[in-house]
Amino acid sequence: MSDIAVETNGLSKQYRIGVHNAYPMFREALVQAVSAPLRKLRSRFSGQQKRLQAGRIWALQDVNLKVERGEVVGIIGRNGAGKSTLLKVLSGITEPTAGHADIHGRIGSLLEVGTGFHMELTGRENIFMNGALLGMDRREIKRKFDEIVAFSEVEDFLDTPVKRYSSGMYMRLAFAVAAHLETEILAIDEVLAVGDAAFQKKCLGKMGSVAKAGRTILFVSHNMAAVRSLCNRAYALDGGRVVHQGATKDVVNQYLNAVKVPTGLEDDSLDQRQDRLGDGSAKIVSIKIEDADYGEIIDSVSRLKLTIGYRSDKPLLHPQFSATIYDSRNIGLISLHSERTEDLPDTLPPEGHVSCVTEPLHLTPGRCFINLALLKGGSRADYIEHAAYFDVEAHDIYGSGKIPERNWVVCLRKYAWSAEVKQNVQCVHSPE
Amino acid sequence: MNTAVIRRQARPGWVAIDLAELWRYRELLYFQAIRDIKVRYKQTLLGVSWAVLQPVMAMVVFSIFFGKLAKVPSDGIPYPVFTYCALLPWQLFAYALTYSSNSLVDNSHVLTKVYFPRLILPLAAVIAGLVDFAIAFLVLAGMMVYYGISPGPALITLPLFTLLAVGAALSVGLWLSALNVKYRDIRYTIPFLAQLWLFATPVAYSSSLVPEKWKALYGVNPMVGVIEGFRWALLGKSAPPGQMLFISVIATALMLMGGLFYFRRMEKSFADIV
Repeated sequence: MSDIAVETNGLSKQYRIGVHNAYPMFREALVQAVSAPLRKLRSRFSGQQKRLQAGRIWALQDVNLKVERGEVVGIIGRNGAGKSTLLKVLSGITEPTAGHADIHGRIGSLLEVGTGFHMELTGRENIFMNGALLGMDRREIKRKFDEIVAFSEVEDFLDTPVKRYSSGMYMRLAFAVAAHLETEILAIDEVLAVGDAAFQKKCLGKMGSVAKAGRTILFVSHNMAAVRSLCNRAYALDGGRVVHQGATKDVVNQYLNAVKVPTGLEDDSLDQRQDRLGDGSAKIVSIKIEDADYGEIIDSVSRLKLTIGYRSDKPLLHPQFSATIYDSRNIGLISLHSERTEDLPDTLPPEGHVSCVTEPLHLTPGRCFINLALLKGGSRADYIEHAAYFDVEAHDIYGSGKIPERNWVVCLRKYAWSAEVKQNVQCVHSPE
Repeated sequence: MNTAVIRRQARPGWVAIDLAELWRYRELLYFQAIRDIKVRYKQTLLGVSWAVLQPVMAMVVFSIFFGKLAKVPSDGIPYPVFTYCALLPWQLFAYALTYSSNSLVDNSHVLTKVYFPRLILPLAAVIAGLVDFAIAFLVLAGMMVYYGISPGPALITLPLFTLLAVGAALSVGLWLSALNVKYRDIRYTIPFLAQLWLFATPVAYSSSLVPEKWKALYGVNPMVGVIEGFRWALLGKSAPPGQMLFISVIATALMLMGGLFYFRRMEKSFADIV
């Protein structure tokens, strides 16, 4: 008996894109049927036929996966890499164009939380509706009902239509149902991207326990920290093909290295901001925040790199840039002021970029906000409060998966405990 | 552990219905139908009274214009009962037809996110229509008492005619819902279609008005057989439906088979194009 849970062989899926009208009208189909032979004839002379053909893309191309029972496998890749299509094909929502996938056992898919939730129905009714849609039967839902309600923390609003729920309550209820789905194989797509940080953590914890229960999980996420902590193996997709596979750590690193960091600072949202102070003689126009080594995702041990774009009429004399990082409670974490390091030149061209790279942040996971200031010869030319924010993802520095939370402590450092038993050390607290 | 292996691959064009799978998902069908019923009258002033109000209003209008003014013959039955008895299955049919035809498009967000037998959606819409039917039926019972009409033993055949109405609605609903996914024009043709169909069905008049030589063709409209059956089973005065009913049953069966196969053929692309 094999231990395979999911195996795909040359799995491919083609989509038609660029059809001039997303919803073809019946009339057009009729006209098409009549005019197609005519046009064919005409195009024989003008050679226009090619352009009229609808474009096709391969959302999945020759994907070969092999997932064993009880494995937790991460699937990573950029938007449009084919991750969601893969899950859709595996769960049967859409059919592959070529190749096949063998699913050994019942598969449940969570491509979205709250699928089938109806605004007019109460929380209780939606639990049953959503559960049935996910493939649970009534007995199963009844058995888990209390657990679901407790997990969702919406006990008091069970008989209120969900349209009166806050978005947080809605998400919690939706995820609570989904989290209690007990199929042998579970395909999860980016459902954790929603909800507040504390609830995300709870969901990750729940998923971790699901994984320990020996079920097979396919986990699609952008959250590299989550993938790293949950999955033992991963596949990276790009352009519908598997580009890396193997141990999660390696695949994530390869993927992050391969992600091309856009060099242009085309984001000009700061340029448009009106809520700014300063004399306006020079202006901060852009900011890019990234991991200095891996790009994209910033985690607890990332070296932070800020690249700031500015613009002025004249060259900047004695410029100073300052970036201050705050947490969501507005407690200052780090101040990066070029005045202290004195490493910017005395003159800068009228338009350009400066950047600042830090040592590893050692911050607990959570959101950080940045205030930006540009000074010229000591006077404030521009200042933007909350110019940008970034999320510090958890990095499992202790190898235990246990990371203190931001709302408790800010710094995250490695440490070691040991027992010291020496004769000349007195026990201050003896155990009795 | 030996578990069933499901293979996902491109299916051939025409496939039969997977009844076992449908059975596994019966609870979803139940919840979906319940949901349709619950949602329909939420935040409405009159609530469930709508189920009664619609056929009753139609009956009043028909009784005034066709019964009183145009003096349409009603086979010796008081015109209001005569037409209401036909309006019941007609409303069931029209409702089921409309809602099942729109069921896939209205649930497009679900279609693209979860797998389940797609047949559930039009089926649930049809089942939800039965509740309105049952409520409106109470009014008919009241009217029959008022007019002193008592049904004969033929009453026991009524569920069969109801089933025929459901089958007819489903057969059209399957075709239209699948077409609707691809061509959104269908949505706009449905009210129009229902309106035209009403005139081709003996709701406001008796089928005895139809010349004998056209009756076979007339019976191709499944609702002809249904309404003839209803009048026979409930009011007892019309002649038992014969040839026309037979043709209606055959027509419904053929349309239903065709609808199921067409639906199954289109089903695989629903999530991609809806």
